[in-house]
Amino acid sequence: MDLKVPEQERHFREEVRAFLNESLTPEILEAGRKTTSVFAPVKEVMAWQRLLHAKGWAAPHWPKEYGGTGWSVGQRAVFAEELVRAEAPPLIPMGLQMCGPCLIGFGTEEQKAHYLPRILSGEDIWCQGYSEPGAGSDLASLKTFAESDGDDYVINGTKIWTTYAHHANRMFLLVRTRRDGKPQAGITFLLLDMNTPGITVDPIVGLDEVPEQCQVFFDNVRVPKRNRVGEENDGWTVAKYLLTFERGGQDYAPALGVQLQRLKQIAARQTTAGGGSLREDPVWAHKVAACESEVLALSFTEKRIKSALSAGKDPGALSSMTKILGTELQQRVTELGIETLGSQALVWQPQALVPGGDEAPLGPEYALTAMASYLNARACSIYGGSNEVQRGIIAKAVLGL
Amino acid sequence: MNFSLSDEQQMLADSARRFVQGGYQPEALWRQFAELGWLALPFDEDDGGLGAGLVETMVLLEELGRGGVTTPYLATVVLGGGILRRADAACRARYLPDLMAGDLQLALAVDEQERVFAPENTALQACEEGGGFVLNGRKTVVLNGDQADRILVLARTGGEPGDQRGLSLFLLDPGSPGVTLTPHRLVDGHRAARLQLDGVRLSADALIFEKDAAFEPVRQVLDEAILALGAEAVGALSVLLDDTVEYSKTRKQFGVPIGSFQVLQHRMADMFMALEQTRSLLLAATLKTLEGHDDARQAVHALKARIGGAGRHIAQEAVQLHGGMGMTDELAVGRYFKRITAMDGLFGGADQHLAAFARG
Repeated sequence: MDLKVPEQERHFREEVRAFLNESLTPEILEAGRKTTSVFAPVKEVMAWQRLLHAKGWAAPHWPKEYGGTGWSVGQRAVFAEELVRAEAPPLIPMGLQMCGPCLIGFGTEEQKAHYLPRILSGEDIWCQGYSEPGAGSDLASLKTFAESDGDDYVINGTKIWTTYAHHANRMFLLVRTRRDGKPQAGITFLLLDMNTPGITVDPIVGLDEVPEQCQVFFDNVRVPKRNRVGEENDGWTVAKYLLTFERGGQDYAPALGVQLQRLKQIAARQTTAGGGSLREDPVWAHKVAACESEVLALSFTEKRIKSALSAGKDPGALSSMTKILGTELQQRVTELGIETLGSQALVWQPQALVPGGDEAPLGPEYALTAMASYLNARACSIYGGSNEVQRGIIAKAVLGL
Repeated sequence: MNFSLSDEQQMLADSARRFVQGGYQPEALWRQFAELGWLALPFDEDDGGLGAGLVETMVLLEELGRGGVTTPYLATVVLGGGILRRADAACRARYLPDLMAGDLQLALAVDEQERVFAPENTALQACEEGGGFVLNGRKTVVLNGDQADRILVLARTGGEPGDQRGLSLFLLDPGSPGVTLTPHRLVDGHRAARLQLDGVRLSADALIFEKDAAFEPVRQVLDEAILALGAEAVGALSVLLDDTVEYSKTRKQFGVPIGSFQVLQHRMADMFMALEQTRSLLLAATLKTLEGHDDARQAVHALKARIGGAGRHIAQEAVQLHGGMGMTDELAVGRYFKRITAMDGLFGGADQHLAAFARG
């Protein structure tokens, strides 16, 4: 048992840092600073993905033969930490984190050869068609139907909470192909072109006034059967594979640590009624310390997961915890953000949050993002399987209840 | 980075678990600890010990915590032994062999009445007189104080309460004139004593470290005690969770096991996460201390704060989910509840350590 960092990883960190220093343009960095969600501004983040792709670093977690890097678990963690430290905008996950791994696991050779290079290069932007108005946590009750018609499926129905559907040119989605039997057994996983006739995309404006989510309507949309991933009626297997990939793959602690450090710097500049700085206020300090110690614990929970993965073991129960803990801490930290700024956090300038926009922030830039981050972060305990669903998974799969 | 136990560490864990589950005899416990080599665990091989480190102590204490074993291990080996391990060669040669053989019990007296637990808060006076020292004052909650053959007393030889300088540590024979020991139980079944010193005369060789310089070594030993307590807490908390989950699967109300109710499932999921986060902090604090990282003490503060916070959370939920049965002396839950409650009270509580963590 030890915390030793291999020499090779230390060199690697320097290499990554040097690359980030020379590659991140002012435009991309501005977009990174103004990212108040999991989803960064599209134009700048796709420019950043192209730069990473040119270096061969767009998808470190993919197998090398499909364009991954072949890095160790430790190197991948170093890379992710450095991206956070450099305030690079996070890459859009739907293609790289979700669809890509599914295709690698279940796609045909033809599908892999066609789609994977376009995911890496950013030529295709993907969205995820899972939730429906009547199927959220109970995803298996989804109703969007794909009728078999010769070599095609004909799709009718609607998907909702489809992030960036208005920017995407591709969608991977779950449809119903059979109405009888267990709900899970009649679901099929398909890929489609968003330019297919019959698709309507309606953006939904969020609490932060940003149209990040959409509702998508399908009116007799024809999708060739060769765009099916896995067997007909066996899409649930593919969907579950994606979920396990989604759950074990992300570290929350590094970004939370950076945010808490930034918060302390901001508090050091705020004067309290008593004349001292807010950072020295015992009530404020106590709340931040409680968060920080929780983040320290989470960082070691995440290290334990990586240590198990490196040794070829299943981290099992631990990976089901990190989504709950990471997102709930994210909510606490953004809450502390608006509490720290007081009335300054209320100044509402959504246009000033657009990278390269004409509107200048009235106050400091950090005050601009606090409220939007707080509002957007309410979503993180809802998406990706709500935290209530995640607690249910722990109860059943870990505690055997 | 690696969190796996070595083969030897795994063997230690296995043998400790077997011992705890095997139905030991409480009277013979200390003798058996000596025979198993556990009393020699943290001491240097040059001193006749096993030369094991903090990870081995963690492994052992987690199993003892799981077994709910009431022992003077923390007082004698971790606290007393931790002090002697740092003492000069003559002192080590004189006391460690007896300690490792199970023939010497120790206690460390730091706590004082109406003073928040902190070594620098010590007021008990030791005045130099005739080439020796005269001690006057009172110590409270001296763990194992009623059974200790020797008590290590932290006293003030200079400065004011609050100063880190001016603290000295004395090895006291509790049979010395002027010593009054009032033994008592702690809520969790451990033994302790109140120590009253009235003009107790000690010779100069009772001084363990340099005069006025005991603060740093005492603080290091208290950090190690918090790590040991953390390991014991993780063991005890895992029993509280396991017992609660098991009970909820068998206890039926409204015709179904109560574990089928979502409101209880989510609460047990939260208990599970609190336990694993405690274990993560235990690993963080233990390995950072062992490897001498700059932020090791921060991690120790975070751990102690969490033993209090997560301990209360898990233990209180365990009692609540056991219903009336959780309030009885019949089930193990109550015993573990009291042990966890006691852990927060020792060596400074959760708020105190979180405040220290916040100061950085």
